[in-house]
Amino acid sequence: MAKLNFTVNGQPAEVEVGENEYLSDVLRYRLGLTGTKIGCNEAECGTCTVLVNSTPIESCIYPALRAEGAELLTVEGLAETWQRANGNGKSPARAGSPWEGLHPLQEAFARGGAAQCGFCIPGILIMSKALIDQNPDPSEHDIKVALKDTYCRCGGYTFITNAIQAAAKTIRTGEPLPEDLYPLPETKPPMNVVGRPLPRPDGLDKVTGAAKYTDDFVFPGMLHARTLRAKYPHAIIKRIETSKAKALPGVHAVLTHADIPGRNSHGLLKPDWPVLCAAGNKVRYVGDAVAIVAADTREIATQALDLIEVEYEQLPVVGDPVEASQPDAPKVHEGGNLVAHIVVRKGDVAEGFAEADIVVEQNYRTATTEHAFLEPECAIGRLLEGGRVEVLVGSQQPYTDRNDVSKALGIPADRVRIRGALIGGAFGGKEDIAGQIHVAMLALATGRPVKMLYDRHESLLFHPKRIAIAIHNKVGAKKDGTLTAVETELYGNAGAYASLSEKVMQRSTVHSCGAYEAPHEKADGYAVHTNYPPSTAFRGFGVTQSTFAIESTIDTLAETLGIDPIELRRKNAMRVGTVTNTGQLLHESVGLVECLDRVDDYLRQHAPERFVSRPVPGAAHKRRAWGIAVAYKNTGLGSGAPDKSSAEVEVLDDGTAEVRTSATDLGQGLMGVVQTIAAEELGMTYEQVRALLPDTDVTPDSGPTNASRQTYVTGNAVRLASRTLREAMIATLAEKYDQPPENIRFEAGLAHVNGHSLPMRQVVEIMKGEGREPRALYEYWAPKTQPLGTGGDMHFGYSYGVQAAQVEVDLQTGEVEVLRMVVANDIGRAINPLALQAQVEGGMMMGLGNALTEEFIVEQGQVFTDVLARYKMPSIRHMPELTSFIVEDGTAEGPYGAKGVGEISSIPTTPAITNAIYNACGVRVMRLPVDQDRLLLALKSGRKEC
Amino acid sequence: MELWEHYYLPGTVDEALTHLAQYSGAARVVAGGTDLLLELQQGHRPPVAALVDVTRVPEMRAIGERDGWVYVGASVTHTAIVASPLLTRAATCLVESCGVIGGPQVRNVATIGGNVAHALPAGDGTISLVALDAEAEVAGPSGRSWRPMAALFKGPGQSAVDCTRELIVQFRFRPAASGEVTAFKRVMRPQGVALPILGMAVWLKSAPAGGSAPVVEDVRIAFGPAGPTPLRVVKTEAFLKGRRLDDETLSQTAQVLASEVRLRTSPHRATSEYRGELLGTLLERAVKLAAYRAQTGDIQPEGLGLA
Repeated sequence: MAKLNFTVNGQPAEVEVGENEYLSDVLRYRLGLTGTKIGCNEAECGTCTVLVNSTPIESCIYPALRAEGAELLTVEGLAETWQRANGNGKSPARAGSPWEGLHPLQEAFARGGAAQCGFCIPGILIMSKALIDQNPDPSEHDIKVALKDTYCRCGGYTFITNAIQAAAKTIRTGEPLPEDLYPLPETKPPMNVVGRPLPRPDGLDKVTGAAKYTDDFVFPGMLHARTLRAKYPHAIIKRIETSKAKALPGVHAVLTHADIPGRNSHGLLKPDWPVLCAAGNKVRYVGDAVAIVAADTREIATQALDLIEVEYEQLPVVGDPVEASQPDAPKVHEGGNLVAHIVVRKGDVAEGFAEADIVVEQNYRTATTEHAFLEPECAIGRLLEGGRVEVLVGSQQPYTDRNDVSKALGIPADRVRIRGALIGGAFGGKEDIAGQIHVAMLALATGRPVKMLYDRHESLLFHPKRIAIAIHNKVGAKKDGTLTAVETELYGNAGAYASLSEKVMQRSTVHSCGAYEAPHEKADGYAVHTNYPPSTAFRGFGVTQSTFAIESTIDTLAETLGIDPIELRRKNAMRVGTVTNTGQLLHESVGLVECLDRVDDYLRQHAPERFVSRPVPGAAHKRRAWGIAVAYKNTGLGSGAPDKSSAEVEVLDDGTAEVRTSATDLGQGLMGVVQTIAAEELGMTYEQVRALLPDTDVTPDSGPTNASRQTYVTGNAVRLASRTLREAMIATLAEKYDQPPENIRFEAGLAHVNGHSLPMRQVVEIMKGEGREPRALYEYWAPKTQPLGTGGDMHFGYSYGVQAAQVEVDLQTGEVEVLRMVVANDIGRAINPLALQAQVEGGMMMGLGNALTEEFIVEQGQVFTDVLARYKMPSIRHMPELTSFIVEDGTAEGPYGAKGVGEISSIPTTPAITNAIYNACGVRVMRLPVDQDRLLLALKSGRKEC
Repeated sequence: MELWEHYYLPGTVDEALTHLAQYSGAARVVAGGTDLLLELQQGHRPPVAALVDVTRVPEMRAIGERDGWVYVGASVTHTAIVASPLLTRAATCLVESCGVIGGPQVRNVATIGGNVAHALPAGDGTISLVALDAEAEVAGPSGRSWRPMAALFKGPGQSAVDCTRELIVQFRFRPAASGEVTAFKRVMRPQGVALPILGMAVWLKSAPAGGSAPVVEDVRIAFGPAGPTPLRVVKTEAFLKGRRLDDETLSQTAQVLASEVRLRTSPHRATSEYRGELLGTLLERAVKLAAYRAQTGDIQPEGLGLA
């Protein structure tokens, strides 16, 4: 131990630190300054950035002692630096506003939609402060240089750029920030609250560092836990010996399969995933858990892992889903490797191909990709009174977690409480159980609170990924472009456990024929076990992959037929009256053609060259072109799964309202949506409503946050709960004041009764005085859907999207840059245009990463991509110029017409880019991500594919 | 086991050497640490008893010019190199190569000495120092000595400087004189590979050519990865000498270069075929940039921060 003397946020501090501690750990765990986040522990992501003597550094690999004598600034000190520099408390923000006293960067980020999940924001704010200090008027280029390696996985780079420039202007001029900080696409006229671009309710905490994610919580006596993972991707465990680990001083518990009182498995669709792999049984991938340790410190727990002896008998490894489908392939599970065969049939494709004038047939491969949410998994288990156990965790499925934890512990579900913290991004990657069961077991075993935090390396090894799919498709058409038949075959690498891969492959297979109507369609999808990490949901849920394939083939067809790619798509596009390949008649809310029209109009006006390759002035070695793609994506679980959500709304004694749901805000802005809807229905202001984080003791079950479903299902649950409560309040007031109900209305938090107005708290008093609770619970059931193969409505709604990309290809190096994106999304209704645009942009950025930068590499079951340095998500420097159109072709049952946006915004991006690459240089991308190596070699050898 | 147990922040080179000596091989020099600390953390290097941090040694943090040499301390950060007007003028390629490494936070701590000690065959700053024909002053138990760049490397990632007993104090090279210019170019890929596919630094001395392409009087080209250590392509340099830098010369030179180097395939990074295709492009881009500078005197560094 050594003494470290430094100044943090203007306060001198003396701290005892370990000589090998990093600065981030000292700030977070010794000084409690948890605003500084740790995303990767390898100086790759930038979230841990702080200023040391005015210089931004990544504190996660900065030896703490190097800061001796230095002056530090963290996000917690940002507001104060501003106040000090500008006279006490003087702020350009409106006095009395929530932003008063903040640094203009903080206000601009919170109000301008730049903070989404918020986990990256402290680092980005600190980088931005350093930038503005040096450069009071930064250009977009300057911002890209400064933030190049400080990632926002929610992809809000234009919001961030915009916020920085707005704040810089305020700092230069002293003028308040403008009212409308971000230029938004046109949407329908707003209602009282619905349809207004309101800042997210947790934005303030996210810009000050006060926002708490799971690892920011500390409980007295808390232990630290770690997991021993499988050494091999496929092996039988012969023996596990833990006595040496148990004997290590500071170790409180070492648990194995033998210590699991209940069910030793979990799983979202079927419980095939061991909580801890048992001696005598198998490990099936390198992320499998074998033993868990709780100790006084993380370091001791890590040392204890090295002392656990595990003897293995290695088994042959299978990594490719097609190989794994062969009869003689190694079996990952006893029942065989086939997870599911998905069958989609409409008409008779043989007939369709016979009628075709032309048939195009192609093979594609998509990559395994990684969610790379910036907040790694963390869970804290602790005992509650009466022998109950609580797990604090940022999860997409709190109630499923509760069920899995209770089953493993062998106790009733009501003895388990799952409490949500803020979530630093998920994108589908926080649906499966991570440490939830383990911390509950360790808390019970030790009687102490236990925290289990994965570092980035462990997160990469462990959590399920986007499923890689090998896709074959065949499209037949008449000379005029009318599709006659579409046939596809898809092999998905499900990895070691079922997780959601069956459903992901189902969605992928059903959507594999594209957003078109053809008389004859046939699709076969296979999800196959391998010794890869399991596959699960990832923004797009399989549709991202199959859309890349079909949209590439449709473009090939357009070229072969000599038909404009937009015209070909418009001719065959889904519209009202279309019967889908599952037999669903689309009877409303099909905005695909309108999306196509918007993008088409834009291109006609701004890119009359359409899809023709153009030279780049002054750079003879480069070519530019546009490309286009379309997509559709279901909202909700569909295929016969009961899809419901519950919400409770209560007006509290102080007259504000509280909304309780277990729908989780992963950063997408759901809490704001929920508040908006409750405020609209209750006749209150947005600020008068507060939504709670999930807590299974307090908030009712809202189902999983996936499938672009929460705005629709939980939105409806909140809408109907609020409406029920409003009606109860009206009934009470009608009785009390002897007025007909139509004479009573609510506005801006006041009840108006026949010209007389009273505040909400008085309404609460009146209700309670009459023994009525000012509270309503509503369980909303979405319209019933039909299982695949039974016809009818497989889903209750679909969103539609069209994207055009302009790329530049360097013919000498194969490098690709996306210059511009034009996107149109039919999402039914914009509940909050600011949050919506963030989803539109973030989805597009994630799609761009899927096309160009992202690949999670596994070799013979061993993970090559085991550090973030080997996985590049799109950075601000990849940010293209974006033009966004919102199409609001509402669905009757959706709240105010809304349907999902989270996924559709991401799906057409990849094929739009790869089609543009083809149009620019004549090489079609058959494998993702685009590889400049293969692209250049194809160009040089005259091959048309890479 | 802890990755390191003790951490020292000496104020002089001698003090640093004393710490190293005290641990007789069990301690190691650390500067920015952006490579070393990760290698320790990820188990690519065994834990050490102590780290000796040389970022506070004033002599090692200095950039200066004296007696016809430019001196750059080993603990000078990439950011400081990029911000230096002296280096921009005297060693443009060094500024360009240091300006493309990592993001600003990494450049704020990563040092040029660390880059060289890391001994990667395609280390950006390293390649530029090789093209500048730099020397490194190494201090050890037996005193200080100047060593040529080529003597600093044993193999990929293996430094000839024993960082458990010795340390690099500083580098020196001759500043670009009249008629001398430098340039750096590299090609990266956007996927998860932090290392360049190919990088090249060029030092060029040419005679004034009055509007047409300059004639090469002397040239040094450093290049990587094309072998276990950063490489000077001497045959290619010899071929270029005395020739006018027109398109004809460049395409002939590309062939000489292709025959001189052996390119390899690095898994998940680049195939040798791809590198072969890039070779001529990179040569053309780097040499043309140098020729442009020679002709115009415009030495504005290119690609800083985003390349």
